[in-house]
Amino acid sequence: MRKIIAIVLLAVIVMGISLAVREIPFGKTDTKVGEYYLNEGKEETGAANIVTSVVVNYRGFDTLGEIAVLFTAAIGLGAVFGSRKKKKDAEEVEKSSLIVYTGCRFLFPVILLVGAYIFIHGHLTPGGGFQGGAVVASAFLLMYLTCRGKRIRDKSNKVVESLGGLIFVGIGLVGLIIGKGFLFNFLPKGEFLTLFSGGIIPIIYIAIGFKVGAELTGVLDNIIEESK
Amino acid sequence: MNFLSQYIYYIGAFGLFFIGLYTMLTKKNLIKVIIGLDILDTGVFLFLIAIGYSSGGTAPIFSKSVTETGNMVDPVPQALVLTGIVIGVSVLALALALAIRLYEHYGTLNLRKIKEQRW
Repeated sequence: MRKIIAIVLLAVIVMGISLAVREIPFGKTDTKVGEYYLNEGKEETGAANIVTSVVVNYRGFDTLGEIAVLFTAAIGLGAVFGSRKKKKDAEEVEKSSLIVYTGCRFLFPVILLVGAYIFIHGHLTPGGGFQGGAVVASAFLLMYLTCRGKRIRDKSNKVVESLGGLIFVGIGLVGLIIGKGFLFNFLPKGEFLTLFSGGIIPIIYIAIGFKVGAELTGVLDNIIEESK
Repeated sequence: MNFLSQYIYYIGAFGLFFIGLYTMLTKKNLIKVIIGLDILDTGVFLFLIAIGYSSGGTAPIFSKSVTETGNMVDPVPQALVLTGIVIGVSVLALALALAIRLYEHYGTLNLRKIKEQRW
């Protein structure tokens, strides 16, 4: 019965969507705003990656909201897990083998470096703060898998996370004070296609990278602590 | 054949979307419902990216060899999908956390057996 209802419901939606999608030609984009970003973004923001200039500069306020959603989810996860009683005695955890341990110790800084590279070069190459932050968090996941029983310091994680958010909002407010509006690009644009270009974009993406990395690490920490 | 090559990305995107929706509507296990939610997310992302595609276009990134705008794909859907993926991760993490708490409280993940979750 439930399956029949579901299939009937899906059939209705399929009908509606296929009628709507048939009118959208594939392989042709003629949105005015996309064209504007492609033609003017280079001069207006100084960033080589147009997606980054849309995310951080043109729609920077949306990104602030996005970060707020991620922050709320991390806090909610902490609240859901934190409200239950903690088991007192820490059980003995089995140590990981020497090969895994050594390999992890070798890989951990390399993965951190790749993550940092991705979010520092977010305005030049594919990537950015969110992707780099996810890579940084994956390094900590590797740490959790090999060095069982160890945890990151909760306080320093919170400090990094809060600092990232504060830098983002602070730069936005500085733009509001000395420029035209919130997140106004007030720094010099620099030379195109070099690391120091794009004004406030790299600084904001580095702050986002730290914040996302700390947040996802906090989420992992909560889940791993719960699974014990 | 021409029709298929023209709309293959839309068909794939909505295929994923409907697989996810069907999973969410019919499966009993809460974890499977959450997996369905994630597949549905993926379908929406693929659809947005397919809308922004222009035939033979390149990524909207300038480099030393690409200095002219030329034929670049639309950057706006890509930025939207970047936002969407982050929101999807947040939703997934929170949903799994709630599923763990639900299991602790009721001792089961079967939605038919949990009275408050029945529909």
